[in-house]
Amino acid sequence: MKKLLSMLLGILGLCGILFFASHQLSESQGSVTTKNTLNLFNWGDYLDPALIKKFERETGYHVQYETFDSNEAMYTKIKQGGTSYDLAVPSDYMIEKMRKANLLLPIDKNKLTHFNNLDPMFLHKSFDKNNRYSIPYFWGTLGIIYNDQKVKASEMQHWDDLWNPKWKDSIMLVDSARDIMGLALISQGHSVNTTNTSEMVAAQSKLNKLSGNVKAVVADEIKLYMIQNEAPIAVTWSGEASEMLAGNSHLHYVVPSEGGNLWFDNMVIPKTAKNKKAAYAFINFMLRPENAAQNAEYVGYATPNKAAKKLLPASVRNDKQFYPPESTIKKLEVYADLGAKKVEEYNDLFLKFKMYR
Amino acid sequence: MKKTRSFFMVPYLAWILLFVITPLILILYQSFTNSAGQFTFQNYVTYGTSWVYLKMSLNSFWYALLITVVTLLISYPTAYFLSKTKRQQLWLLLIILPTWINLLLKTYAFIGLLSQTGSVNQFLTFIGIGPQQLLFSNSSFLLVASYIEIPFMILPIYNAIVQLDPALVNASRDLGATNFQTFSKVIFPLTLSGVKAGIQAVFIPSLSLFMITRLIGGNRVITLGTAIEEHFMTTMNWGMGSTIGVILIVMMFIIMLLTNDRKKKHREVIVDEKETL
Repeated sequence: MKKLLSMLLGILGLCGILFFASHQLSESQGSVTTKNTLNLFNWGDYLDPALIKKFERETGYHVQYETFDSNEAMYTKIKQGGTSYDLAVPSDYMIEKMRKANLLLPIDKNKLTHFNNLDPMFLHKSFDKNNRYSIPYFWGTLGIIYNDQKVKASEMQHWDDLWNPKWKDSIMLVDSARDIMGLALISQGHSVNTTNTSEMVAAQSKLNKLSGNVKAVVADEIKLYMIQNEAPIAVTWSGEASEMLAGNSHLHYVVPSEGGNLWFDNMVIPKTAKNKKAAYAFINFMLRPENAAQNAEYVGYATPNKAAKKLLPASVRNDKQFYPPESTIKKLEVYADLGAKKVEEYNDLFLKFKMYR
Repeated sequence: MKKTRSFFMVPYLAWILLFVITPLILILYQSFTNSAGQFTFQNYVTYGTSWVYLKMSLNSFWYALLITVVTLLISYPTAYFLSKTKRQQLWLLLIILPTWINLLLKTYAFIGLLSQTGSVNQFLTFIGIGPQQLLFSNSSFLLVASYIEIPFMILPIYNAIVQLDPALVNASRDLGATNFQTFSKVIFPLTLSGVKAGIQAVFIPSLSLFMITRLIGGNRVITLGTAIEEHFMTTMNWGMGSTIGVILIVMMFIIMLLTNDRKKKHREVIVDEKETL
């Protein structure tokens, strides 16, 4: 009994010491008040830490970087309003949804110093017509990634190439209903934003025929698997693809020229913002060409900032895989928020496809 | 005396009320609402009339059953021989040790083992029959899920076997029973409570496994856990997610009832004796 008691006390004491130490550590980083803090809510590993330091040094604001791993998770957190995030970086359809739910504050363009650096090609998109609520941060595409040891470039240029019986049991798909349903819709000549049930059902039955070629439907692990040559073909987003390419020189990324998805991650100021001044300071900081370029090089995604693009090395700037030609970009569609009912219909059809054998 | 005892019950009751009863009621309530928050039976109608959900439920049940059978077949002999070895504590520790490691880490370790370039395939190539597709198959899912659940099956069975009075086994032998008879008429029936506890500890969590279905099964194995995750995280239809949750809870209750110990009364007597001590 005595032994048990002393053990218990030992554990409690240890916890106390650790708690005290962590408290001291956070104290030593300077006192944190809403006035000098920027609560940034962003995707994981989506901002060069060196830029955070630079921003803190320049402006004196303390950056509190919090991450989310899905738009839906971010939405729930902002809606519940537990933390007062000053700036968030959601994707296109989610911006539309947040706007409709009155969760965003309009952005005063007079307070922006470098707005003109942005490429007009990436402004005024359907989800936010006049960029009243959002400023582009990164953009990208959905495409096919293949391994040149098993697949010839000429064999993998279009969505329909995935259905080739040659690829039995060799394709990995991202576990995302809109994207996978979308590619089937495009291959049948429909819009990725269709709400026509018969088109959606037709897309799903086309996907069922792909089932024999599909090896797995996975999420982030796709990166690991492709780098390790687990599968020769995968369907994924450009940002993920750039990381895979860095890890395995046999991999290549294609954006099919018939169309696909164009996605954005934009900076928005949520209703919860307590420190709007810091949020504007950060937007301006990120719009500056040298900072946007540094971040694009660190993260590996495509920057919508045309002044920043000029600063990137030619090998990156002219890479057709990640900066596809304008003719292709024009054919790409941005996802619209289709409302809860249709989103569910998409997901139910996708679930049916996943269960189909 | 009685008063102080009920006073000490307060924290436990509060805990159960807050963290067991309230969530259950909330899930039940949510399952009767649609995305607009209105009262509806629609979720249950959808569940009952869609072959997708029925197939998924059967899938979950079938895989949970397979996992339970596999772990039971491995665990019973293991526990039996464990109780006969010397250094039991050491072996027991080695069996428990993997449960200290995070589930996700163990799963990722299996990805490394089973992938095309993993150690298992390297060995298969070495003996001339590889590389084989090991990941994303039903068998790899079964293997990993069983591996993770095995300690929870071994422990209750081991405890039951250790508590078995050796005199009973000796008596059975003295009275002329063969080894098999001793096992089937004496040892197994008397350790059945451990087996039942093990089945509960394995079958119930297996019903709602979802990370492994994606990481190891590559979503080629779809269970109810997958659907719940989707409804809460992607479609945000919490009503439907809760409905599936309620159905899982009902399934679990059925398992509990089926595997409940009939000698419960006997146990309660023992518990009461302990309390009065």
